[in-house]
Amino acid sequence: MIRRGLLVLVLLLSAAPAFAVNPDEIMADPALESRARALSTQLRCMVCQNQSIDDSNAELAKDLRVLVRERILDGDSDEAVIDYVVSRYGEFVLLNPRFETKTLLLWGAPIVLLLAGAAAMAVAARRRTGKLTGTALTTEERAQLAQVLREREQGNGD
Amino acid sequence: MIIELGHYALVLALATSLLQSVLPIVGAFRGDRSLMQVGTTAAMATFGLVAVSFAVLTYAHLTSDFSVKNVWENSHSLIPLIYKYSGVWGNHEGSMLLWLLILAFFSALVASFGSNLPETLKANVLAVQAWIASAFTLFLLLTSNPFARLVPAPGEGQDLNPVLQDIGLAIHPPLLYLGYVGFSVCFSFAIAALIEGRIDAAWARWVRPWTLAAWTCLTAGISMGSYWAYYELGWGGWWFWDPVENASFMPWLAGTALLHSALVMEKREALKIWTVLLAIMTFSLSLLGTFLVRSGVLTSVHAFATDPTRGVFILAILVFFIGGALSLFAFRATRLKAGGIFAPISREGALVFNNLILTTATATVLTGTLYPLVLEALTGSKISVGPPFFNMTFGLLMLPLLLAVPFGPLLAWKRGDLLGAGQRLFAAVGVGLLIGGIIYYVQHGGPIMAMFGLALGVYVICGSLTDLALRSGLGKVSGAIAFRRFKGLPRSAFGTALAHMGLGVTMIGIVGVTAFETEHVVEMKPGMTTQAGGYTVRFDGMRQGNGPNFTEESGHFTVTRDGVEVTEMWSSKRMYTARRMPTTEAGIRSFGSNQLYVSLGDAMADGGVVVRIWWKPFILCIWGGTLFMIAGGMVSLTDRRLRVGAPSRAKKQKKLVLEPAE
Repeated sequence: MIRRGLLVLVLLLSAAPAFAVNPDEIMADPALESRARALSTQLRCMVCQNQSIDDSNAELAKDLRVLVRERILDGDSDEAVIDYVVSRYGEFVLLNPRFETKTLLLWGAPIVLLLAGAAAMAVAARRRTGKLTGTALTTEERAQLAQVLREREQGNGD
Repeated sequence: MIIELGHYALVLALATSLLQSVLPIVGAFRGDRSLMQVGTTAAMATFGLVAVSFAVLTYAHLTSDFSVKNVWENSHSLIPLIYKYSGVWGNHEGSMLLWLLILAFFSALVASFGSNLPETLKANVLAVQAWIASAFTLFLLLTSNPFARLVPAPGEGQDLNPVLQDIGLAIHPPLLYLGYVGFSVCFSFAIAALIEGRIDAAWARWVRPWTLAAWTCLTAGISMGSYWAYYELGWGGWWFWDPVENASFMPWLAGTALLHSALVMEKREALKIWTVLLAIMTFSLSLLGTFLVRSGVLTSVHAFATDPTRGVFILAILVFFIGGALSLFAFRATRLKAGGIFAPISREGALVFNNLILTTATATVLTGTLYPLVLEALTGSKISVGPPFFNMTFGLLMLPLLLAVPFGPLLAWKRGDLLGAGQRLFAAVGVGLLIGGIIYYVQHGGPIMAMFGLALGVYVICGSLTDLALRSGLGKVSGAIAFRRFKGLPRSAFGTALAHMGLGVTMIGIVGVTAFETEHVVEMKPGMTTQAGGYTVRFDGMRQGNGPNFTEESGHFTVTRDGVEVTEMWSSKRMYTARRMPTTEAGIRSFGSNQLYVSLGDAMADGGVVVRIWWKPFILCIWGGTLFMIAGGMVSLTDRRLRVGAPSRAKKQKKLVLEPAE
């Protein structure tokens, strides 16, 4: 597997750039094709750095694109296609991680944080009422203030 | 010899940084002025020395001195001068030296413009800046010496990574670093405040311009990087939620939150503890970003830097500064007294809401970026977190924020009138829906949600203008008076309006291009045509060409509309000879805010060539919006409020212009 990955990498680096989807891959039925495209953006190109198979020009990405289209032609639903690809390549292939025990924190984070933040805000707002505001002056500043006021008073007295 | 001088200057910079780390803070504790003033002198000296060091590395690159390893690895005698120059930071060592240079630059700025700061605060700020500078100088000297030599000197260099051979490299990293590192000043101010155990509205007033400047640069840097990726990578995407992009986006989000909370603190003395925490978090995220990019811990489309020993070193820096800062915060934050009270529905309340959403968004991006790493380290199972996750979570979080943006400036401080603000925004909502509907109708097709997305963008723009109009008293007083009031509005009001409008413009761009983009992948032979966005694109043929350090195959295309030739364009594939590495140079033409994007693919056996043509409506709005934000930041920076105490030119006559209280 690793060796194959390396081979692909070498091929990738030496080949001229190509696009992701090539004309010969495109399906005749536009509805099916658009389903294939939508699925492609959800699947990771395994040998690339953070690209979907829809964006990648790697051989392996092309294989996967073709595979997705074959399954769609065979009448698979979107979920069935995804399940099939995952069964062959593992969950790493999914750019949109599934909601399950190990991704609980990932999917839960935004909601939990939002609620926790809102709760903290509410508590802070309640605590704020009835408290003194502003910064208290330090002893030093109070002395300075007294000095200034004294001087002003003396000035007015003249 | 000159090279060694650069190395020597860097060692000296470490020495001056160390002095600056210790002496001013001791002076601040003892109340010793002369010790505190060492900070100012040392900051200037450090900046001078790092600048010398940087100049020497630049010299080595410009003269193609291949006896320097860094030059040999990242340059070539044949590349154009501009890439020799920008190649200075197009690699790990050079980019870290640039990082350090900008850090020293900001310290020097604080040292020279901070004369109106309380002495102890200034001394402490400079000391904290020097801690960071010392850590990074040490990092450079120990793990990433840019001045290492090669014996014998090779005759030719290995060339700069072709993807980086672009004008983008000359602008993007310096801007990005000005933003990243600019937040170090906010961090140092926060730490200094914690050390002193005292913080007030004046603190926020000093911190705001630094935040604003850093934020403006970071906005420009990210936007520029996005456009660079868009035209260089050749598949027409403009944001990939790539970990490296996220690394720069997180400080931006946190920095945006900081900008707003510092406002509350300055005007109302509220949210002190939170603002200090945000200042620490923002720079911590900058450090984290530096770590993620520099250590190569992530796999990503971005090209440079991979070496684990360096990663461990930066991780140590990261742990020291973030851990130290947060511990200090935990111990001292309670000493900071809470300030002004406000009702939940108020300007403060709106800004708190902004902070809530932005911090949650930051945390979401952070979780998504680090989750696969942590999960793999803990359980060994590999998962990916890609664009679908971020688009969904981040997008959902942004909706309430965008809806709320125009409300903020319309609510009064302390206690606001939500219903009243809503009524004043009636027109904005109406115009938004109308224009959204019109665009949707004209573009025919696309999901119905696109209409509401566009309406939201237009609403944000109109809502921002509503604030300016209301404050000028438009409709209530005569036009002339309204205009005079308009001119008399504080610059910060214009800054706010511009930046918020920019948000709306970007939103329109994102929605527009996502909903109405068309794509054609076709095999074309010379003379064949394809339709895209109402234009006809004709492929005329291929041409071979040679650049200074690459060979290129270019396709020529003629664009016509209703049979009339509009423009012609070239789209190329390049092969960089030194590294045998291919790149695509997409052909791009703008029509208003729309673009035609043509990318070349493989040549076919039968003489045809695969061509991918995109019609990207509204795409330029994405970056146009960021230009508004940058303009907003700059206009706001010129507000006299932020320059109070700074030496001013001849005082202007005070104008008596009535305007609503802020």
